Amino acid sequence: MRALRRTGGELVALVVATVVFLVPFSFMLLTAVKDESQAQDLDFAWPTSWPIVENFTAVIQARDYVLLRAYVNSTILTVGSVALIVVFGAMAAFVLQRRAGRVGTLADFLVLSGLIIPPAIVPTIWLLQALGLFKTMPGLILVEVAFNLSYAVLLFRAFIAAIPRELDEAAMIDGCSGLRLFFRVIFPLLRPVTITVILTSSVTVFNDFVNPLYFLPGDDNATVQVTLYNFQSQYSTQWNLLFMDIVLITIPPLVLFVFFNRKIVAGMTAGAIKG
Amino acid sequence: MKTSHRMLAAALAVATTTALTSCGSGSEPAADGTTMLSFLVDNSPASLDTAKALTDAFMQANPDITIETETRPGGSEGDNIVKTRLSTGDMSDVFWYNSGSLLQALNPAQTLVDLTGDPVLANVQEDFLTVVSQGGKAYGVPAGSAMGGGILYNRKVYEQLGLQPPKTWAEFMANNDKIKAAGIAPVIATFRETWTSQLFVLGDFYNVQAAAPTFAQDYTANKAKFATTPAARAGFEHLAEVHAKGHLNEGFGSATVDQGMKLLVEGKGAHYPMLSAQLPPMVSETPQAATDIGFFGIPGTDAAKRGATIWEPGALYIPKNTENLEAAKKFLAFVATPAAADAITKVVQPAGPYRIKGATLPDDAIQAAKDLQAYIDDGATAPALEFLSPVKGPSLEQITVAVGSGLTPPAEAAAQYDQDVEKQARQLGLAGW
Amino acid sequence: MTRQDAGPRTGPGRAPDRRRDRTARGRQRSAYPYVLYLPAAIVYVVIFAVPTVMAFYFALTRWTLFDSEFVGLQNFRDFFAEQNLRIGFTNTLIYAVVTSGLKVVLGLLLGVLLTSRLRLRGFLRSVVFFPVLVSTVAVGFTFTALLRPDTGLVNRALALVGVDGPDWLGDATTALLSVAIVDVWKGVGIATVIYIAGILSIPQEYYQAVAVDGGGAWHRFRHVTMPLSWPATYSVIILSFIGGLRSFDLIWTMTRGGPGFTSDTIASIIYKQYQAGFFGLSTAGNVILFVVVTAIVVPLNWFLGRRQATP
Repeated sequence: MRALRRTGGELVALVVATVVFLVPFSFMLLTAVKDESQAQDLDFAWPTSWPIVENFTAVIQARDYVLLRAYVNSTILTVGSVALIVVFGAMAAFVLQRRAGRVGTLADFLVLSGLIIPPAIVPTIWLLQALGLFKTMPGLILVEVAFNLSYAVLLFRAFIAAIPRELDEAAMIDGCSGLRLFFRVIFPLLRPVTITVILTSSVTVFNDFVNPLYFLPGDDNATVQVTLYNFQSQYSTQWNLLFMDIVLITIPPLVLFVFFNRKIVAGMTAGAIKG
Repeated sequence: MKTSHRMLAAALAVATTTALTSCGSGSEPAADGTTMLSFLVDNSPASLDTAKALTDAFMQANPDITIETETRPGGSEGDNIVKTRLSTGDMSDVFWYNSGSLLQALNPAQTLVDLTGDPVLANVQEDFLTVVSQGGKAYGVPAGSAMGGGILYNRKVYEQLGLQPPKTWAEFMANNDKIKAAGIAPVIATFRETWTSQLFVLGDFYNVQAAAPTFAQDYTANKAKFATTPAARAGFEHLAEVHAKGHLNEGFGSATVDQGMKLLVEGKGAHYPMLSAQLPPMVSETPQAATDIGFFGIPGTDAAKRGATIWEPGALYIPKNTENLEAAKKFLAFVATPAAADAITKVVQPAGPYRIKGATLPDDAIQAAKDLQAYIDDGATAPALEFLSPVKGPSLEQITVAVGSGLTPPAEAAAQYDQDVEKQARQLGLAGW
Repeated sequence: MTRQDAGPRTGPGRAPDRRRDRTARGRQRSAYPYVLYLPAAIVYVVIFAVPTVMAFYFALTRWTLFDSEFVGLQNFRDFFAEQNLRIGFTNTLIYAVVTSGLKVVLGLLLGVLLTSRLRLRGFLRSVVFFPVLVSTVAVGFTFTALLRPDTGLVNRALALVGVDGPDWLGDATTALLSVAIVDVWKGVGIATVIYIAGILSIPQEYYQAVAVDGGGAWHRFRHVTMPLSWPATYSVIILSFIGGLRSFDLIWTMTRGGPGFTSDTIASIIYKQYQAGFFGLSTAGNVILFVVVTAIVVPLNWFLGRRQATP
């Protein structure tokens, strides 16, 4: 009886989730495989013809294979900036949570400011030009790090608060403090939230199109979102290709996510604090 | 350091200008003797096709110069990219941008290469030079054709219902009643793309000028207002009227330009206040767009004074930061020739007349372009206000959507727009505001 | 370092006052050296803070990017004279409250559901997170199509049950809320993963204790999960509330603040000014938005941070 109710409940959850979350996705997929004139209707009708291969090759080959280059660029950008965001953010959050005082108050204020104030594009360009980093990948990576740090710090800080101080103290008795305390003891304990930060900030960076457009322009440096942006107008009458592009740039991260899902969960649980 | 380098390059380019114009080699030959020019265009299909036609034809004639086209988004996002790149000294060697009031906002005297008196401009029509000039100095050559801003109408629908193109607003509304009775949407509105809502106001400028000949100057000098000039207010009133009478297509609030054009070409809608430039890209998919769709200027009050409002084409400009001035000028000089216009015509049908001396409409031009040409031959055209005045409020499109959706009464909307304009003029630092 | 405090139940607020430790042990020997701030601080200050301060100066100027002229507080006066500021302000609050409220509630529920012994857990987790992976532009396109008045799926489905759906995005009364719901659809995955991390961080002993006491599922949720996932709730509220107050990208792709000005928020008003090339004015707007958001968020932050969980 209980098992039956349970299965029923799961069924309901499954149906609701499918409708709410998968219907829009299936719309993208359907539109991506339609021919041009049918795609224009933007409705849920079953495709009358299936030019999947044609649409796929048209999008891949567009503008001299810009999409493939964009993949490489986006990967470098995402991996580079997320690695820095996680390490820098966790370190800062640790001191911020553990050590009060005027410096802490200032840091607190800066973190909130970073969340609230939209970045100023032109002065940032001036600065990067002065540093010789404008229109370079390292420059763009640093931009993404600076713009996304606050988010990571806030998340890390909230979760560090849940780590008992007794742990620090025990570690200190063993002669572990400062950087070693952080990297040896605290950071491993932050696994669940670290994975969350990795997930959320890689999505943010991967999906960002404004900053690459300003700080690393040009077809050679395009990121995947910029291709979407470029195609938007070019394909405004070719919805099938636009949605094929959307699907193509959405699926790889989705596959990665599904693939690592088990590992992600395992990682989160492994990091859980043993009371 | 950087500045001096740039100045040196500029000086070098100037010094070599006279020497190189005849012998045809680039200013900075690379290892293999070719010069690379970067060329920034917006990403609309018409612009991309035009740019490709121009660069292909140019490179064929000048194998020692290679042009690499970069794209940018259109609209105000594109405006900001252009401004950012110009102000940070990072613009491509040649770029395509609007003429008229938008050009004024680029501070051309500070950022662009002055072409006044340069042979590059030899073939450009005098009238056009005024819309690419600031302080008496000219900066660009026309890219593509001019276009009409008024009513695109379905001639088949007119034929079936036995209608004549209206000469006055009253006739237009009478036509609309008949069209509605026949079960066809009389006026197409596509407010999802807000800019399309402005046509009733901006496209009415020929009539404004006919009624108040000094409006443009007075308006720039903060003396004339939309709210207090009846002829200028009429555009807002027209928009409110078509909504109030239920003449708009169903779902106008979230329709797009593509949908609107489709309705028009398929005859499900009869009139579409629009720019004629929307038509040529449709011809390849739906050939009847070339023949079935005609154009008339937004009708005013006096049948004897009817005319049309014209939008000038954008232009190609050279930023001061270019290091390939010589090759860039050569490209611009080519763009301003009838041969270049022919190259464009092969790919994109002109939506109106070219602004280059000696370039004419092809015989198989689209009907809307021929209709527009008829107005020009009659001398019954006026450029849109944005080509006569640097003042243009940024919120007009939201205001006109509100009027066309019945949210704001027209008189209030005109007053709102005056306030919007005031803000813009102050932000531009114009005299007298 | 002998004080006993802050067990696992501590909220995310400021650490207790440690001044005594500092005076006793001296600055140089803290276990939490400021050097850990350094890498983050350098990047943040150089790439973000300095340009921001530079920009704030331009709030006092008429700035065309090419040159600037000092105009004092004129931009602030102009910003407050903005015709639709009142609508924008109301909309901003509605949008922020609706989106962050729904994200907290749905995120918590989904978080609990997806950490329970559900057989389809893995699948559902991917499904819920999927919208997060889709870019805003793509979400905008998709939902604009789904919400179309004539052919859109939503109204087609409503028609099946005899309801004549409105023009969701083209109608002044439904536009803002439609966008807010789509925002929740897109963002709830993030709230959910934060909650999952929060729930997985709760030591199993607490659940065992409840089980020993004979408490049921509701008891477990009410007295363990909810209070002990407080760090997650705190993060979700702060992040999504600030996100909601600043939000314009989805609004911009779906309605552009329209029809007319009816779904404008402060951030979209500022963005429009920026788009129009009024750089000084939009910077002034950003300063004002910053002050407003700070005035709301700092007390909220303090309040949420002060709150201690009581299992």
